[in-house]
Amino acid sequence: MAFNELTDGLPEPVRRAWERSLTSGRAAIGRRTLLRAAALTAGAGTLAACGIPAARTANGDSTANAAKDLSDSEKEVNFSNWPLYVDTDEKDKQKHGTLDAFTAATGIKVRYNEDVNDNVEFFGKIKPQLAAGQDTGRDLMVLTDWMAARLIRLGWVQKLNLANVTTAITNVEPRFRAPDWDPGRLYSYPWAGIQVVVAYNKKATKGKEVTSVSQLLDDPDLKGRVTFLSEMRDSIGMVLLDMGKDPAKFTADDYEAAVARLQKGVDSKQIRRFTGNDYGQELSSGDIAACVAWGGDLIQLRVDNPDIEFVVPEKGYIASTDNLLVPAKAQHKTNAEKLIDFYYQPKIAAQLVAGIGYVSAVTGMKDELATLAPDSAANPLVVPTPEMATKAHVFRTLTESEESDFEQKFSKLIGA
Amino acid sequence: MTTTTPAAPPQVIPLAKAASKPKRKLTPYWLLLPGIAWLVVFFAVPMVYQASTSLQTGSLEAGFKVTWHVSTYWDALVEYKWHFVRSFSYAAIATVLCLVIGYPLAYTIAFKASKRWRNVILILVIAPFFTSFLIRTLAWKTILSDGGPVVGALNTLHVLDVTNALGLTSGDRVLATPLAVVCGLTYNFLPFMILPLYTSLERIDPRLHEAAGDLYARPFTTFRKVTFPISLPGVVAGTLLTFIPASGDYINAQLLGSPSEQMVGNGIQKQFLNVLDYPTAAALSFILMALILVMVTVYMRKAGTEELV
Repeated sequence: MAFNELTDGLPEPVRRAWERSLTSGRAAIGRRTLLRAAALTAGAGTLAACGIPAARTANGDSTANAAKDLSDSEKEVNFSNWPLYVDTDEKDKQKHGTLDAFTAATGIKVRYNEDVNDNVEFFGKIKPQLAAGQDTGRDLMVLTDWMAARLIRLGWVQKLNLANVTTAITNVEPRFRAPDWDPGRLYSYPWAGIQVVVAYNKKATKGKEVTSVSQLLDDPDLKGRVTFLSEMRDSIGMVLLDMGKDPAKFTADDYEAAVARLQKGVDSKQIRRFTGNDYGQELSSGDIAACVAWGGDLIQLRVDNPDIEFVVPEKGYIASTDNLLVPAKAQHKTNAEKLIDFYYQPKIAAQLVAGIGYVSAVTGMKDELATLAPDSAANPLVVPTPEMATKAHVFRTLTESEESDFEQKFSKLIGA
Repeated sequence: MTTTTPAAPPQVIPLAKAASKPKRKLTPYWLLLPGIAWLVVFFAVPMVYQASTSLQTGSLEAGFKVTWHVSTYWDALVEYKWHFVRSFSYAAIATVLCLVIGYPLAYTIAFKASKRWRNVILILVIAPFFTSFLIRTLAWKTILSDGGPVVGALNTLHVLDVTNALGLTSGDRVLATPLAVVCGLTYNFLPFMILPLYTSLERIDPRLHEAAGDLYARPFTTFRKVTFPISLPGVVAGTLLTFIPASGDYINAQLLGSPSEQMVGNGIQKQFLNVLDYPTAAALSFILMALILVMVTVYMRKAGTEELV
């Protein structure tokens, strides 16, 4: 831009003054200054060019996030799941009965990857591709409700072709049919259900029963030996229930009250830590006397240590699901849908449940399980009794702004 | 920084070969190319990207735009000031402990152990690295378990009374206290201290010790006036290799600490993964980097070593 243009319209004396100071005064532009300025401008330009585009892509438009489906020519499906989340042969860890049965029945080879360790971490991993509208190399993945909700909101998962999942439509249990984030199950089907309960080591509590979240937070006998989960919805949900609030319709004030309740426990050193699934080791050794725990973990822990007990709090517990989703641009969508549908046969579902010890969402699974693994069928952590099921509550879906606000508050609570 | 390219003295080169001179001049650059490319791709570009992120505002759904929102830095620093204090104090304590534990060991390996044992001990030092960092840290939960022998012994010896008074533990347990985090850091970064110490000690000519003895220096004087000063580059390298990663670590605080021991790394992780506040996470990383850089510069000036190992 020429100097003249810059000073256009300025009164003559002012223009003169400008000219003087820029050509011979302090602000005179020398070669170095110019180079420096150019470097700075270029640097600033580079920085400014790096913005992160809006993540949401063509939401609701079911064709925009689809890729050409190669299912017919390539008989394979790339499946990402959590570790130890499928039935596995005890001798040959590479053998998974139900997956092998799927391949035998359909001729579709399953590339099974246990690369989901954490919802947020996995989100961080697939985000760059999905945000750029690229294929992640995965056709099917398993993520927890709230993360599934976020991906649907962002338009990063594909609507299922309902004609391919008729067994699932028929067999999904009514209580799993209409979550608030995917009413009618157009995008997702549950892989397994998770139950959040209270667990304690009766040796560590010297035989004392721990029956409620209140007791975890207030009982002086448990001081410094109580842990909660670092999964925000599970910990806050349990506290909300304990406070008599419904996690399906709580308000921001209720949330803050629940955080404050936990904060009191942190400040008084009643709460020792917030844990991922690393609480098992400490619960077993008795360093943790009582904690909020995941039902599926407890089954295994109780086999190893019979002192570990669990309780479904009188005021209710949090139930959630891990869901099968087809990411945007997946190349073998039909194959993925066939796999979803396959797992909704009661017999296959029973085989899966017997292998992993998590709740099934498949109607009719229980009878199959009773013949296949009577112990599992009688275990309320695997097959909740009807009475227990009435106490199950879901944590409502949060809006984006709530999510970041609540996560911020929770992070502060857990010290990070 | 000025780089001097080793130019061959012109009179040595016969006229006929002068044509190849520019080619030869480029050789150092060609040799540097892989390193520079690596630095650009994995350091320079991410740094620019991170700098940009730290100046953005927005949300995941609406997208992030560079708004030159510099106050993110200040807000992050205010919000996480205690995390920074903890990160640096835990890392400093762990570094000192590593030095105290590592120096005698490195000294023994370099001077006292026979050739055969030397390799065995060195392998033992590195052996834990064959297991994952996570597993090694989790193992400390068993070692420091409340009812375990270590904590029992510490209680009997009233060591925990001392650490309680110092604010390193609370009550009669070690897990979920600052002490546990410091123990984990010390353990996990110890080899980074021992190896540079060993390399710099191993290079010392044992005849120097004899010479010092001939000059009537007692063993301790020899160590103080000869061995230690010569090994200083190793000490500096070791402390840097321990302190820098330890102050950015978050695994130890997460697994062995309580909510009051979380370090700045935990904050960065939570802001990035859970809160999805990328600008704050990026700003925190930059502040951490800047503070480490300042501390390291001051330290290097004080230590006065130009050469590392």
